[in-house]
Amino acid sequence: MLAKRVIPCLDVKDGRVVKGTNFVELRDAGDPVELAAMYDKSGADEVVFLDISASQERRGTLLDMARRTAEQVFIPFTVGGGIRTVADIRDILKAGADKISINTAAVQRPELIREGAEGFGSQCIVVAIDVRWIPQAQEWQVVTHGGTQETGREAVAWAQEVEALGAGEILLTSMDTDGVKDGYDLKATAAISGAVNIPVIASGGAGKLEHFRDAITMGKADAVLAASLFHFRELTVKEVKEYLIACGIPVRPAAEGVDA
Amino acid sequence: MIGIVDYGMGNLRSVEKAFEKAGSPAVVLQEPDRFGDCSGLVLPGVGAFGRAVDNLTRAGMKRAVLDHLAAGKPFLGICLGLQLLFSESEENFGQDSVPGLGIVPGRVRRFGPDLKVPQIGWNQIHAVKNDPLLAGIPDKCYVYFVHSYYVEPTDADWVLTTTDYGPDFVSSVSKGPVWGIQFHPEKSSDIGLTILRNFGAIVDDYHPGS
Repeated sequence: MLAKRVIPCLDVKDGRVVKGTNFVELRDAGDPVELAAMYDKSGADEVVFLDISASQERRGTLLDMARRTAEQVFIPFTVGGGIRTVADIRDILKAGADKISINTAAVQRPELIREGAEGFGSQCIVVAIDVRWIPQAQEWQVVTHGGTQETGREAVAWAQEVEALGAGEILLTSMDTDGVKDGYDLKATAAISGAVNIPVIASGGAGKLEHFRDAITMGKADAVLAASLFHFRELTVKEVKEYLIACGIPVRPAAEGVDA
Repeated sequence: MIGIVDYGMGNLRSVEKAFEKAGSPAVVLQEPDRFGDCSGLVLPGVGAFGRAVDNLTRAGMKRAVLDHLAAGKPFLGICLGLQLLFSESEENFGQDSVPGLGIVPGRVRRFGPDLKVPQIGWNQIHAVKNDPLLAGIPDKCYVYFVHSYYVEPTDADWVLTTTDYGPDFVSSVSKGPVWGIQFHPEKSSDIGLTILRNFGAIVDDYHPGS
């Protein structure tokens, strides 16, 4: 049976992991590649890199990171952040990434999804959708730039549109729950997961074990993603997986001995 | 020596690096005249069946792959490389069916409309026979899949593992020196590296005429 996935996300700036980590055993805890290799060993099902650099040199640094990751990490990895063109997509996939994630660029020019899917296959095109509940409209709407810009797009319709354009997966982050550690946005996740026939990765709000379970059972997510929770070892991938297995959820077991 | 066939169907860097990590170095080959130097050949690949057959044929590699197989040397097809071993695929390429290498009797079919297609993610393999490729691999362990088509061998002797995705499908085949796996060992963490190491050992043990 196809397993539900547990995915650590690494925020990367100028080739370094943002905020640092609590992994004392790593030679260089700021190196995203070394961190990703450790997540591979600990039983993570995939790794997502989110590049938040603004510098001019970002492209070269990012491609170098993807190349080094492909040499040392033997689980699938996704690279997102600042991808705007088909050439950007091609370069990152060519460097060895399995998937790319696009967000703002897809909202601004939805055809980019179709071009990416036609050029490289739907399986490598992840569309990241950031949403917020708009009480006046009684609907979730798509936001960009970390939630600072509204688009006026209704989120469920946008999810269906990105699927029709050829997206292979949706990475859904709720700005209402992100960073609060009070659980994923179960309603938004369930609404979007129920409206499309491609996998939905839930993101934003994980704070304890039950949150991961609820995202899968109630939010109908195919995968659960978390960032700082894993980096700061408040929970480990192994703990999350053992808990989900105990809940009867099909999950690939974490490796013995590596608790990260 | 293990050769990885590069025929323009996907990035082979991960496959090459995974063999290296597994302790069984392999070289990426772009010229078919070098295939003869290899005791073991790996045919990876992602993408369309029809285009893959086309690329192999145009590069003169189809002949070289068939020669390798005819010589009885170890062969490992991965993902599209497994599917290419079959007689035909129903993947649409301007016609209903495209002929493959024809080593394994059967066909390549698309998953039904009631399933999420492609299947992306970790799923379990259940071995139906003992095989050196799976030495040290626990039954029902998880490996990484990305595919919209699956193989349907007509001869049950070929079936090595099955996987449950709605109904069961054949996730790997083997017979004599030929292996084909639908999943990606280069993305299947330690289990995948063990499988590549096993293939390396099979190639090391191979002696012409044995």
